[in-house]
Amino acid sequence: MIGLEHYLSLAAGLFVIGIFGIFLNRKNVIIILMSIELMLLAVNINLVAFSYFLGDLVGQIFTLFVLTVAAAEASIGLAILVVFYRNRGSIEVEDVNVMKG
Amino acid sequence: MTSDITTGMAILAPEITLAVYAMAALIFAVYSGKDRLTPMLTWLTAGVLAGLALWIGMRAPAAREAFNGAFIDDGFSRFARITILLAAASVLLIGQDYLARCRMMRFEYPILMALSVVGMMMMVSAGDLIALYMGLELQSLALYVLAAMNRDSVKSNEAGLKYFVLGALSSGLLLYGASLAYGFAGSTRFDVLIATVEDGHVPLGLLFGLVFILTGLAFKISAVPFHMWTPDVYEGAPTPVTAFFASAPKMAAMGLIARVLFDAFGNAVGDWSQILALLAVLSMLLGAIAAIAQKNIKRLMAYSSIAHMGFALMGLAAGGAEGVQAMLIYMVIYVTMNIGTFAFILSMKRDGRPVTEIAALNQYSRHAPLKALAVLILMFSLAGVPPMLGFFGKFYVLKAAVDAGLVWVAVIGVIASVIGAFYYLRIVYYMYFGEDAEALDTSMPFVQWLFLMAAAAAMLFGVVNLFGIEGLAQAAAAALVR
Repeated sequence: MIGLEHYLSLAAGLFVIGIFGIFLNRKNVIIILMSIELMLLAVNINLVAFSYFLGDLVGQIFTLFVLTVAAAEASIGLAILVVFYRNRGSIEVEDVNVMKG
Repeated sequence: MTSDITTGMAILAPEITLAVYAMAALIFAVYSGKDRLTPMLTWLTAGVLAGLALWIGMRAPAAREAFNGAFIDDGFSRFARITILLAAASVLLIGQDYLARCRMMRFEYPILMALSVVGMMMMVSAGDLIALYMGLELQSLALYVLAAMNRDSVKSNEAGLKYFVLGALSSGLLLYGASLAYGFAGSTRFDVLIATVEDGHVPLGLLFGLVFILTGLAFKISAVPFHMWTPDVYEGAPTPVTAFFASAPKMAAMGLIARVLFDAFGNAVGDWSQILALLAVLSMLLGAIAAIAQKNIKRLMAYSSIAHMGFALMGLAAGGAEGVQAMLIYMVIYVTMNIGTFAFILSMKRDGRPVTEIAALNQYSRHAPLKALAVLILMFSLAGVPPMLGFFGKFYVLKAAVDAGLVWVAVIGVIASVIGAFYYLRIVYYMYFGEDAEALDTSMPFVQWLFLMAAAAAMLFGVVNLFGIEGLAQAAAAALVR
């Protein structure tokens, strides 16, 4: 029998992978965008699982909102990345270093 | 049901007006003059924002809820929204000349600003985790684009990229916390969340949710240890956008933190007060120490804003109506000082090109004595030197912290403020006693001059009665803390 805790563990695992993807990745900004997406989707699993086990629809509505916002966020991220690439000629994480800090 | 929606729409009328205005202006500008319309749109947007501030200010004082408690229109939300609207309108006006000089008069600028203000208005009035998240994202998404607005500058693009990545990370953390809070309380509504906590005992899952939500919000106000993006984004973004970052979004995020902590976790003060106290101490110290080495005035203002957020958090950490009142007073004073200071930074130029080096201010007082005096007053106020208003802001939060028994936080706050005075006074030193150097242009557009002088005068004459902010903030705090 698959219970709530299994879903929560899965979501927590995906979420942590997403965070590590942002910080450990040294190659490419696209991977960061994918990691962000992974984090948001992990949250969605959380929300849907809670929604099912609580018998409450609000969690699933929340999920739909999150999906919409994630799409908007990804499009804005890609747009900024395209402009960055045009000026810098690279999307390597190590090249995002014009300003120190 | 229909009447429910109708009354809800009536309560949200200012937000809906602004959102509809932004979209209508976007379509209008795309189909007609495009960038030629920017000056007109800027003035119009500033007018709309100021008008909405007036409208919200004139509404009946009773607290109301819309859409099943998702949106709360009470004294606190009104106070925060009026501050945000006026700050955004001022920033729009002082940035106009700079954008024209740097050929950045894009019509999207005032529209994005208006959209992010809609998000901020939602944030401070949220009564539900979904409303909170949607408001926060609307604000953030518009700000990411604004930071990268100068399409031809690598620095601006990089600022946008860094802000986007860290902002998205913080939204993810906040959202994870929101999902945990929902799961363990069984509802996204703040009034259900607060009822889940009884006798100060917080279920473990909810506590995790609270910590994640606080982490996400600490990113937004750039509290240490979540501040890494601030200096780079402040430096890289076009200066009018930096001025905006330093004012309205800070007020909105502070308001949101207060809203979440008191409305949703108001029964667990002991749990979050320690977290806030730690964030406050670290922010004040790092902001004060790291700013000393800065040569770029925009980076300096970034560290300055980190330190100021620490002080505002100290007010919240006190955890009562007095603390919220202190935080609100502090934020209003901070926003006013910052708008005045940025009006000056926006006018810093040599041969028409923007300058941001602090060393360029050498002997500024000989070329423009009145403006130098105004900057001196603002710097003294930022540092918290007694006759100025900035001192009273600090006094209120320190008093709230001491009254709440957080004496160690208050002591560190005073030490940090003394260290911080060094770099504010260094700017004054350069202006009055610096070496002879190539002078900055002394011309300044009237609007910037007006805001600079008005902010400086407010710092000086506000000591009489704080312009009545004290009573308004008290009423706002009383509406939040029940």
